[in-house]
Amino acid sequence: MINNYYFINVVRFALLVFAQVLIFNNLTFFGFINPMIYILFLYWYPIKENRAVFIGVGFLLGLAIDFFSDTMALHAAATVTIAYLRPTIMRFCFGVNYEFQSFKLTNTTRAQQITFLALLVITHHLIFFSLEIFSFANLLLILKKVSTTFFATMVLCLLFGSLFSVNKD
Amino acid sequence: MQQILNFIIRYKISLLYLLLLIIALAFTIRSHSYHQSKFFNSANWISGNIYQASSNVSSYFNLDEINKKLLEENKQLRDRLFNQTSTFSSELDTTNTTYTVTTAQVIKNSYANPRNYITINKGAKQAIQQDMGVITAKGILGIVESTSSNFALVQSILNTKSNMNAKIKNTAYFGSLVWNTKNFNVVQLIDIPRLVPLNVGDTIVTGAMSSIFPENIPIGRILKFDLNTSKSFYSIDVALFNDMTNIKNVYIINNRNRPEIQELESETENDQ
Repeated sequence: MINNYYFINVVRFALLVFAQVLIFNNLTFFGFINPMIYILFLYWYPIKENRAVFIGVGFLLGLAIDFFSDTMALHAAATVTIAYLRPTIMRFCFGVNYEFQSFKLTNTTRAQQITFLALLVITHHLIFFSLEIFSFANLLLILKKVSTTFFATMVLCLLFGSLFSVNKD
Repeated sequence: MQQILNFIIRYKISLLYLLLLIIALAFTIRSHSYHQSKFFNSANWISGNIYQASSNVSSYFNLDEINKKLLEENKQLRDRLFNQTSTFSSELDTTNTTYTVTTAQVIKNSYANPRNYITINKGAKQAIQQDMGVITAKGILGIVESTSSNFALVQSILNTKSNMNAKIKNTAYFGSLVWNTKNFNVVQLIDIPRLVPLNVGDTIVTGAMSSIFPENIPIGRILKFDLNTSKSFYSIDVALFNDMTNIKNVYIINNRNRPEIQELESETENDQ
């Protein structure tokens, strides 16, 4: 089954990158909101994986998006940070439960899942837009972009999350 | 020694994270002030071909509109041709022209970021080089920033790094065209002295100071103007003629005299 497991993650990686760069980067609601649904990869990624590999994969995912969107390495910086912080965020959302062998994302409550996703997304967006705009003189602009894009990303991620829910194996 | 090793092993995850973060930040901050790195952009082989494939499909949906735009442009050029008073020799001599023009199509466009780039489907194989000007039928679009063999990355005028020479049409007053990232239809013209008479609606065109663009390529018209904080220069909002959200066919302009101009300028600088 180990092959199947890698295969799913590789396919998920490729599909999310393509969906992001070919579809969601072109949405541009109200002229500036591009939801970033590729964060779902980090949300879905298996919990019991080696952390170093996870951070590496997060970096590669961000870099792949940067590659297509000409954003230098902004996505890579933001994504590697949430990959690094994910265990901390999970401990915050699910308590010590998540360290048990039997822990599964599907066994948690809806509220916990949404909090987990929301924390991932807001951390990512804060880092991304701060680096993109790169000046605290524009703090209001940063906050406006973070809040609006956060809203769009959350709505789309929750929709996608329920469309392609992780099977309960 | 043992302690250092223990430290590294204990914090290896955090160290790996810091290393990757520093790499990412180094890339980012370097590109704030210099050109995009050669390979690290969407004009490379992989993403170029993927965008080309996607563009091949999606371009079918607005063929009609693109046709209308081209027809409109042809009409304008014909008008100019029929009303030309001077007679010119029937044979077209291309050896002495200053500017050569190449056509290309946009395969990836962005306008929502502070630093926007456009990818086009012509590259080094079609003799596209860095610092060539890119325009559409309606007006100015950007400057080629880097090329791969089949694709090129264009720094859009909607980019905080962009800085172009522009002037008010039919005068010699020139300033710099920059973008404040607020609105993708409006760019800013700065450094126009306050004694210049201005009107809302005046046309802004490219100036003669640049060796990239020919003079008098349309840019936009004045939307509003204010004096800046020092009260000696205007800062002018310019509404672009181009609809930056919908661009397909572009022209790349090569100035044949540019190497000569640059050589002359660098010689003069070295002498000082």
